[in-house]
Amino acid sequence: MRKLITPSQKNEKDSPIGKSRPHESAARQVAGQARYVDDIPEPPNTHYAAIGISQSANGAIKHLDLTDVFASDGVIDVITVKDVPGHTDIAPVFDGDPILADNEIKFYGQALFAVLATSDRLARQAATKAKVEITEHDPVLHPTESHQKQMFVRPAHHMKHGDAVSAINNAEHKLEGHIEIGGQEHLYLEGQVSLAVPEEEDRMMIFTSSQHPSEVQKLVAEVLDIKLHRVVVDMRRMGGGFGGKETQAAQWACLAAIFASRNDCPVKLRLARSIDMQVTGKRHPFSNSYTLGIDGTGLIQGCIINIDGDCGHSADLSDAIVDRAMFHADNGYYLADCDIVGHRCQTNKVSHTAFRGFGGPQGMMIAEAMIEKIARKVGEDPLTIRKRNLYREHERNQTQYGMLVENNLLPDLINKLEETSSYWQRRKEINTFNTENSIIKKGLALTPVKFGISFTAKFLNQAGALLHVYTDGSMQINHGGTEMGQGLHTKIAQIVANEFGIPIDDVEVTSTRTDKVPNTSPTAASSGTDINGKAAQNACIAIKERLANHFSQMVDGDPNLVVFKNKHVVLGEHQISFVELVQQAYLSRVSLSSTGFYKTPKIHYNRETGKGRPFFYFAYGASVSEVTIDTLTGEYKVDRVDILHDVGKSLNPAIDIGQIEGGFIQGMGWLTTEDLLWDSKGMLISNNPATYKIPAIGDTPRIFNVDLYPRANDEDSIYHSKAVGEPPLMLAMSVWCAIKDAISSLSGYQVDPDLAAPATPENVLNAIEGVISDGRIHES
Amino acid sequence: MIRFLLNEQIISVEEHKPDTTLLEYIRQSKSLCGTKEGCASGDCGACTVVLADINDNANGLTYKTINSCITYLSSIHGKQLITVEHLPSETELHPVQQAMVDCHGSQCGFCTPGFIMSMFSLYHQNAEVSHQNIEIALSGNLCRCTGYRPIIEAASLSCTSPTPDKFDKNSEQTISKLNLLKEEKGESNGYLQPTSRDELRLAISSNPLARLVCGSTDLALETTQLLNDLACLINLKNVTELNHIEEAENELRIGSALSFAEIESKLLKHFPDLKELLWRFASAPIRNQASLGGNIANASPIGDMPPVLLALNANILLDNGKARRVIPAKDFFIDYKTTQMQKDEWIESIHLPYLSKQSQLRAYKVSKRLEDDISAVCAVFKIELENNCVVKLSSGFGGIAATPRQADSLEQVIIGLDWTSRTTMEKGIAALSHYFSPIDDVRASAEYRHKMVINLWQRFWLETSAANPATTTRANAYA
Repeated sequence: MRKLITPSQKNEKDSPIGKSRPHESAARQVAGQARYVDDIPEPPNTHYAAIGISQSANGAIKHLDLTDVFASDGVIDVITVKDVPGHTDIAPVFDGDPILADNEIKFYGQALFAVLATSDRLARQAATKAKVEITEHDPVLHPTESHQKQMFVRPAHHMKHGDAVSAINNAEHKLEGHIEIGGQEHLYLEGQVSLAVPEEEDRMMIFTSSQHPSEVQKLVAEVLDIKLHRVVVDMRRMGGGFGGKETQAAQWACLAAIFASRNDCPVKLRLARSIDMQVTGKRHPFSNSYTLGIDGTGLIQGCIINIDGDCGHSADLSDAIVDRAMFHADNGYYLADCDIVGHRCQTNKVSHTAFRGFGGPQGMMIAEAMIEKIARKVGEDPLTIRKRNLYREHERNQTQYGMLVENNLLPDLINKLEETSSYWQRRKEINTFNTENSIIKKGLALTPVKFGISFTAKFLNQAGALLHVYTDGSMQINHGGTEMGQGLHTKIAQIVANEFGIPIDDVEVTSTRTDKVPNTSPTAASSGTDINGKAAQNACIAIKERLANHFSQMVDGDPNLVVFKNKHVVLGEHQISFVELVQQAYLSRVSLSSTGFYKTPKIHYNRETGKGRPFFYFAYGASVSEVTIDTLTGEYKVDRVDILHDVGKSLNPAIDIGQIEGGFIQGMGWLTTEDLLWDSKGMLISNNPATYKIPAIGDTPRIFNVDLYPRANDEDSIYHSKAVGEPPLMLAMSVWCAIKDAISSLSGYQVDPDLAAPATPENVLNAIEGVISDGRIHES
Repeated sequence: MIRFLLNEQIISVEEHKPDTTLLEYIRQSKSLCGTKEGCASGDCGACTVVLADINDNANGLTYKTINSCITYLSSIHGKQLITVEHLPSETELHPVQQAMVDCHGSQCGFCTPGFIMSMFSLYHQNAEVSHQNIEIALSGNLCRCTGYRPIIEAASLSCTSPTPDKFDKNSEQTISKLNLLKEEKGESNGYLQPTSRDELRLAISSNPLARLVCGSTDLALETTQLLNDLACLINLKNVTELNHIEEAENELRIGSALSFAEIESKLLKHFPDLKELLWRFASAPIRNQASLGGNIANASPIGDMPPVLLALNANILLDNGKARRVIPAKDFFIDYKTTQMQKDEWIESIHLPYLSKQSQLRAYKVSKRLEDDISAVCAVFKIELENNCVVKLSSGFGGIAATPRQADSLEQVIIGLDWTSRTTMEKGIAALSHYFSPIDDVRASAEYRHKMVINLWQRFWLETSAANPATTTRANAYA
């Protein structure tokens, strides 16, 4: 069909695009009216499920006695893996995630059985009453040990460019380093929850808090041994996801569905917080090392990087996550001749999973650690070294995976931020402060971010939408993305309203449902607006074409000249209100419903060669952090943060700034106070918010300046905006580097401190002690 | 029968399990699902609601935030429970709600109702709305999405010059309704509310298995985390003898059942150096509930107030309804979660001797996060000097042994020495070096705790020794 209508590109004065519209649910959220899964009125006869978990990390079940569980108050049903009617493996990509343990115990907290009772509390009480005997083996808990024992969940992957060994050997200086990077608990405020409602015959309706309703649909069908068309998944909103509900939500939906099917009653499964924290995957801890060759000015000549990702017991998404760490080991810097290997290490921990950044942050930390090492070696300010090593325009412009870095915004973006944050002026002031203060020291750092946008699994870069226009001119848009607070639905509504020139209140974004848009990709990889926005726009274009045709017939004009704006449709001197045209079209039997589809162009990657263009484009940003540390205790305070970030042409500045600020603080938590700890038995001991500390309100820096870099995306993304979900998280590396800077001041900036992430006060104190050798006594 | 106002409606609960939490009741019995469960342990604030009660002058209402997940339904008798759904008027959102919309303070929205309730309480506090006061008011609410900046802005915008809202306009009716409800005692099966020493003695003797409860911020964790059923509770909150604070001639006498919020102003009047420790004690909603008596009676090895009591040489007044006895704080803690208290005893009050003019007090807390975190190490020092010479020294440490401890060895070696001399400080280090045997746990390693004992001692010396008056020694927000 001939393309009649071009998408609206211009930001007209009355267009909602580029405006700071409040989140579409904001008024309901503040009034307690926004409904989450646990708030949905329960159907009659709803029962409640809970899981019983393993208290060993490695072994085999010798005996599982569930007599007392069955006998516990209120218990209706108890299931083990033997009671699963269909598939028992609910792994997302590669096998290895049994829905309930099948003899083999692979991590502490693994679900052994599930129990159904008349109340949540009774189910949870019953779940503690099993008698379990396990033949135990010593758990493997660190990726280095896995690497030594060749325990991997997937084969290693390599990326090579040139001859790294020769480049390093020929370089003026050779540097080596190692960095331990901790994982991160998602701590979405709404824990994992699903409600399964049995429908006619074997059909099943699922309400779940999931970033991936299509996968939940598939897995529920598989465990029930029915076809996908018998399962509908509905997902209105999540109380936070951050990657933690991409694959990790399915198990609870599947268990609820099995109970619902067996007992023919609605079943809710909501995990208690400490159970949630023990049984769901986290950001991967990494153990990375590098060897680096530099010239006298600190310019990288070559490097060899070894990445050991702690994947936990199974593959889950770890292949793509360790890949993404490798894709981002350069951050914004040209690595020259390099050899990068990424190992997928298997440990006896919960299977680590997606978390905002998806391995990218742990990869970029290598780059920043290398830069700091270089700066102390050559005795220059780390910012100078950073700028010197940035990708350049005509040479030194190809990544380790062969992608050209085009339209690189970092040099200009950094220059601007350097100026607006008064970096060099403050550097002087900090030097003075540090000279005058013996106990308290200040540090400053500017770090960039270059983050590749697209799923690296090419097939996931597709999206669908379904648009219905009703006869009063209002419309419902449904798309494959899920709303977890990031403002996706708000942006989609803005796009649809903009396409038709109607008020945003006339557009309702409905819950994500597998019976409206099928075979969707997870809302992940920052791609939500990029792909679903384009799909929604394509649905709009289809209906606009029909309406334009109809109107042009009514007035005998050229459909190519029809314009939709200000609640009206205009063709030359003819004008009709949008509502009236919709009604005329309806009476003339014009379809007012359409799907839309989109697939991201240009992308490809060959895993055999480790070369390609896996990313449609890069999103850029940079931040400057200033910190104060206490050398007696290792405590610190982030005093000021300045951020300049690239979101292309912003669809909604308030939402984009919200993502930047929130991502930054979440990243800061990852690198500072969020300390995942397992004991020697493999039990997670930081398993509740009393022992695992995400940033609180007082951690937000008193001075927190965030600006958007004003430049449209050079690629043809939705209205030339850029993805914003993940990239800002990595801006927080400036906090880690600023703490290191403050510690390094104790050596007159001669020593690069060995600071593990997270930089807890204890780790900071250890790094301080590593830098000063003259004991703990300070002259005042 | 428990009676209270649920928003505007008078509610009478005839039968309920004494350990039913307020959150369970709100969500399950009343289907008011705006209030969320985030952790069920008082650590995230998603369940925050406001309790309104008649103020001390009986002429207005106070609005206090609490965590409904660790509050028992039975404890709200005679009060007004306000939930997020009730804030808007018929036509518009409450100013704190509108400000959150306008400032883009909600993203996923799950923490939002809790923040709204904390802001609503701040709105009614008639306090100066500084950045610090906002942080204090919202310290018990975690947000994982926004990074807090827009929330701080919304609080500042809406609470700086509050105009009377519908709660102010209805306050007279609310007060008369509450007065009416308070005429009843509010007891029910398995839940006792004694009002005097004698009643308390009787309640304990006739219910030997009952648990004493005051703020419930610790006990309720047995309900929500350990899933224990508690069949009988005795609430101490209405016992007259446990609920007054007295500025006696030589000491401050604090009723054991008073909440930290209730004792804050008098405590800080006499011990201003405790300000940071008090503000970092859990979070505002916890301080609105938790009592000093509870903090001592549960004998946690880390509780932040026991080290203060040790350093101040405080006394603890125990009672069993027949005889009272005074135990010095240093003798009170016997072993992990074990104290001198007999089975039939309770704490009536805690007596803190005032500081002499020559005394200096410092309380240090080291934790991973500044706010609402349990300390890795808490160290409190009190020193009395005469012409730079140490006359008295006392200390209290938390997080370094199975109980809160004093460092007797330190006290012995320092007395009589010149406080301005570095040698004195170094002698203290020697005395402290292997004095305690802390353990590795989720908060810190034993090694780090060892270092903190020494380094905090060093910080104390730097801050109080006349030779080093101008040294900046702390990086944190309240310094």
